[in-house]
Amino acid sequence: MIEKEKFAVVKNKYKNAGPDALIPLLQDIQGELGYLSREAITEVSKGLKLSESKIYGVASFYNQFKFNPPGKYHIQICRGTACHIKGSKTILEHLERELKIAPDQTTKDGLFSLEVVSCVGACSLAPVIVVNNKFHADVDKKKIKKIIKKIRKEELE
Amino acid sequence: MISVKINHKTVKTTPEKTILEVLRKEGIDIPTLCHMQGFPPTGSCRMCVVEVKDFPGLVPSCSYPVRAGMEIQTHSNRVLEARRTILELLLATHPDDCLYCGKKEDCYLLELSSRMNVDRRPYRAVKKEMKRDIASNSIIRDNAKCILCGKCVRICEEVQQVGAIDFVNRGADTCVASAFEDSINLSTCIGCGQCIMVCPTGALQEKSYLNEVMEALNNPAKTVVVQNAPAVSVTIAQELDLDSQVEPQAVLTGILKKMGFDYVFETGFSADLTIMEESSELIERLQQGGKLPMFTSCSPGWVDYVEKFHPELRDYLSSCKSPQQMLGSLVKTFWAESQKINHDDIFHVAIMPCTAKKSEAERSDLLTGGNKDIDAVLTTREFLKLIKLHGIEVEKIESSPADTLLGKHSSAGKLFAASGGVMEAALRTAHYLITGKNMEEPEISTLRNLREHKETELKVGNYDLKVAVVYGLGAANKLLEEIKRGEEKYDFVEVMTCPGGCVGGGGQPFGADQEKIRERMEALYKIDSRQKVRFSHENESIKNIYAEFLGKPLGKKSHELLHVRRTNQ
Ligand code: SF4
Ligand code: SF4
Ligand code: SF4
Ligand code: FES
Repeated sequence: MIEKEKFAVVKNKYKNAGPDALIPLLQDIQGELGYLSREAITEVSKGLKLSESKIYGVASFYNQFKFNPPGKYHIQICRGTACHIKGSKTILEHLERELKIAPDQTTKDGLFSLEVVSCVGACSLAPVIVVNNKFHADVDKKKIKKIIKKIRKEELE
Repeated sequence: MISVKINHKTVKTTPEKTILEVLRKEGIDIPTLCHMQGFPPTGSCRMCVVEVKDFPGLVPSCSYPVRAGMEIQTHSNRVLEARRTILELLLATHPDDCLYCGKKEDCYLLELSSRMNVDRRPYRAVKKEMKRDIASNSIIRDNAKCILCGKCVRICEEVQQVGAIDFVNRGADTCVASAFEDSINLSTCIGCGQCIMVCPTGALQEKSYLNEVMEALNNPAKTVVVQNAPAVSVTIAQELDLDSQVEPQAVLTGILKKMGFDYVFETGFSADLTIMEESSELIERLQQGGKLPMFTSCSPGWVDYVEKFHPELRDYLSSCKSPQQMLGSLVKTFWAESQKINHDDIFHVAIMPCTAKKSEAERSDLLTGGNKDIDAVLTTREFLKLIKLHGIEVEKIESSPADTLLGKHSSAGKLFAASGGVMEAALRTAHYLITGKNMEEPEISTLRNLREHKETELKVGNYDLKVAVVYGLGAANKLLEEIKRGEEKYDFVEVMTCPGGCVGGGGQPFGADQEKIRERMEALYKIDSRQKVRFSHENESIKNIYAEFLGKPLGKKSHELLHVRRTNQ
C-alpha cells in the first residue's frame, strides 16, 4: 500500500474522534507509516481541530514518535550503561560520520536512518548496534565500515 | 468579607481572589514570570512565592486563593532567598548578552536581576545555544534567551487562536517552536507581535529596520519620506508626556523633520482615502448583491489570518489596500511624478504600532512593478529608540504641520487607531454617499468602548445596516463561525488583530495595561471631537486628490493604485 492509502485507513478509523484521541491516533499513524509525516500532522490538525504546533509539541515529548521516514536500513545504537563504558559514544560518532546524518535523521537516498536507544538488553555483546532488528556485537570503527559497505554493495546489485 | 494579615497588617478582602490579587491591590509588588492577568494560572515559574503561616512550603501566590485568617509574609528572608534562587537558576543557562540585546531597556528578567541584587554566580551551567530564527519579516525568535514561561504560547493559542507555537521536546531539550521546529515564517504565524508584548525577555523581538532607515537618512541621493499612523502620535504623546493641549502630530512631525526626513505624511490622510474607497465598495456590494458581510482589510494580521484559516472567505475582505499601502503606492507614483523624483530615489518609511505591517510591506501582491511601495516599517518602539539615537530634546522641538501630497494642508482622520474607528468613519461617509446628507450625530457611542465584540444597527437611507466590530483573532474567529453557521448576519464587519485596535498593537511600547490603552483611545476621540472636519469626504486634501488625479472612488486609477487582487502568499 502506498503511504496515502495507509493513512486513509487510519483516518477512517478516527472519523469522529475528538482531541482526546490524539495519542492513540498518532500511534496508529506511526504504526502504519513508520513515522509521522508532515501531511499526516496537517490532516490530524484539521480533523481534531488542534494546531500543528500543539500536535508536534505533544508528539515530540515522547521518544517513540519519529518525524522522518525510516531508512530501508534502520540502525539503532545502544547508549545504555554497558555500551557506554565500552565506548558507544565513539561508535555513534563513527556512524554519524559514515552516514552523514545525526540521530533521528534519514540519509538522502533513503537507505539508512539512525536512532539512539537506551539499553537493548544485550549488555554482554556491548557495544551493540541493531540493523533492522539484527544484532551486531562488539562493534568498532572497522566493523561499522564493513557493515555499511556491505549493505551499500548489496543495494547496488 | 474576610480578613487576612499581610506583613503583620490586617487587610479585609473577598475570598474569591488569589493571594497575588490581594497583594497587588495592597500595592505590594510581587515578581511574576508565568502569570498573565485574566488567564487561569499555570503556577509553573514559582517566582511569585510567599510565606503563609502554618503552611509547610512556600505558596505560589498567583494560583493560591486567599483564605480567612491567613498570615502572609511577602518579603521574609525565606521568600527572598527562594525567589533569588529561582532567578539564579534561570540565569545559569541564560546567555550573558545584555549589552548587545535589543531588549535591554525593557527586559523584565534583567530588571528582576537588578531588583533582587543578583551579584554572584552560585550556579554555573552551559549557556543555552540555539539558532536565532530571523526568517519572519515581522518577528525574531531567539530561543537561547527563552525562560520557558509559556506566555507567548498562551497568547498565540488562547487570544489569537493561531497556535503557531508550542512547547516541543522535553527535559533539557524543551523549547518553544512551531511544528517540526520549522522557522516561524513557515508556520501559521500572522506576525501580530502579541507574543512579543508578553515575553519577559529578549527571546521575542520585532525584526528591526533601524539600520536601513539610518542608511537612507544619510544617503544624499535618497528622498526619504516618512508616514506615521495616528496610533503612533497619541502613543508618543503619552510616552513623552506631552501637554494634552498640543497637537501630537505637529510635535511628531517636528521631531521627524529634525531627524532629517524630507517629507512627513500622515497615514491619517490615506486612512480617509481608505474610507472613501471602502464605503463606496460597501455601497456597491449592497446595490449589486456582492459578497456580504464585507470585512475591513486594514489590519494585515487579520488579512493573513483569513487567508490561512478561512481561505474560502477571502473575497469577503474589502479589496482596499491598507492606509499604509495606499499612501505607499501614491507616493511612488502620483507624488513622485508631481515632484519630478524618480521613484527609485524615494525611500519610504512607515512608523506603525504594528509588527504585521512589516510583513505586509513585503507581500508580493502589493509590489508595484516588482518594487516595494514601502521600504521600511518601524514600530513605535523602534521609533522611540530612533528619538534617543538622535538625542532629540522634545521641549526644544518646533511643532510643524505635516506635508500633504497636494500642497494644502487639512487635518485627517485619527479615529482609525481605536477599535470601532474604521467602522464609525466608514458609516459616516456611507451615510453621506447614500443619502447626500451628513449624519446628525457623527459619534456612534455603541462602538466606543473596549469590549472585544460590539455591534449596532443603523438605518441609512433605505438600508438597515447591521455592523459588528471585533478585536483579537479569537473573537474574530468566533464571529466567523457564527456567520458561517448562519446564526448571524451582518453587512459590514471591522476586525482588528490586536486588543483595543492599533493602539494596543504588537509594535507599541511595553507595559501598557488596559488603562493606558483606554487613555490612547480617549486621546483619539478627543482629537476627533476637536476637529473641524470630521468626515473623510469633507477632507479638502481628499477632495483634491480625487479632482486632480484619482477621478472617483472605485474608478480606474483607484483600482490600479488603491485596491489589491490578493494572491496566495
Ligand atoms: S533577554 Fe534580558 S537578560 Fe537576557 S540578554 Fe537580553 S536583556 Fe539581558
Ligand atoms: S506574532 Fe502573533 S501569530 Fe505569530 S507567534 Fe506571535 S502571537 Fe502567534
Ligand atoms: S519566548 Fe518569551 S514568552 Fe515565550 S516562553 Fe520564552 S520567555 Fe516566555
Ligand atoms: S507567577 Fe506564580 S508561578 Fe509563575
